[in-house]
Amino acid sequence: MKAKFLVPLFIFLLLAGFLGYGLKLNPREVPSPLIGKPAPAFRVPQLQAEDKTIAPEDLKGRVWLLNVWASWCISCRYEHPVLVDFARNSPVPIIGLNYKEVRGDGALDVKGLDPATELATARQRARQWLVEHGGDPYMVSAVDLDGRIGIDYGVYGVPETFLIDQQGVIRYKHIGPITPESLRDVLMPKIAELQRAS
Amino acid sequence: MRRLALVAALSLPFAGHAGEAAPVADDPALEERVMRLSHDLRCLVCQNQSIAESNAPLAVDLRNQVREQFLAGKDEAAVVDYLVARYGDFVLYLPPFNATTMLLWLGPALLLVAGAGWLGWRLRRRVREAPPPLSAEEHARAAALLDGTAKPSQESRS
Repeated sequence: MKAKFLVPLFIFLLLAGFLGYGLKLNPREVPSPLIGKPAPAFRVPQLQAEDKTIAPEDLKGRVWLLNVWASWCISCRYEHPVLVDFARNSPVPIIGLNYKEVRGDGALDVKGLDPATELATARQRARQWLVEHGGDPYMVSAVDLDGRIGIDYGVYGVPETFLIDQQGVIRYKHIGPITPESLRDVLMPKIAELQRAS
Repeated sequence: MRRLALVAALSLPFAGHAGEAAPVADDPALEERVMRLSHDLRCLVCQNQSIAESNAPLAVDLRNQVREQFLAGKDEAAVVDYLVARYGDFVLYLPPFNATTMLLWLGPALLLVAGAGWLGWRLRRRVREAPPPLSAEEHARAAALLDGTAKPSQESRS
């Protein structure tokens, strides 16, 4: 028991190890229970084509990305150029989910706004934002006015991105803005893997 | 004037509390049920608040969901299942007992048992290591020392 005086040192190192590991974890990244589950269904108006709707089942048979965004979302501004660039020669379609475009903006007073006006306002704001921020990377954007679709997908912070396979099953969820690195190192390999599987 | 300014400055922090989330339903009994359940659900935006306490837009939306589902006749368990299906066990302040939460639930008990075991081991060892009782000769010497009649011995000087 000569080395007894080293015991506190070992306890300290053990604690430091645990705490150091804890520092690397991101408490904002809550694992989604929806991975491996069918993408929740919805059918809502499209952002650009006013007389059309969009639903996940329209994309059956394809691998696709569902990207949750809004014009009031600050991180989306950083993500947007990456998406625009990616969309130029993307192997998969990116579907936008325009999340609470009007209600999500704390600066707007939406009390008593009727649904038609809200939809029109959302379209106008979202389209303008796309024009101002380098273009529209989305094949189609779905308009989720009240955030109900967001809740069904477990969205708790915009932007979020879901990777959905040919059978309409959610395979991966990316929380926060997509960066060139996360695209290259995580999303692209996963997309390639899903496409090979078909 | 300066005192007035001080009072104003000190009361500033309380101004933020003016915007408490207002109950919406007309039915107070229903509203109480909503709030009671909401206190057990974690807000995913501000993670150390329940959705009852938080004013984050998502918390408001989730409270509305809880209310709507109660109105549709669902019970507490069904509403919790609905939220867990979307946000995972993370929304529960009282997580279920399963493989991933085993350490969380059993950890404190394990620590207690380990600590008690270690303490017991130490105490037992201390008893074993206690010095043997004094012999009659040592007793006599100790008594002499206490009386002050003993001459300092050879050892005590060294």
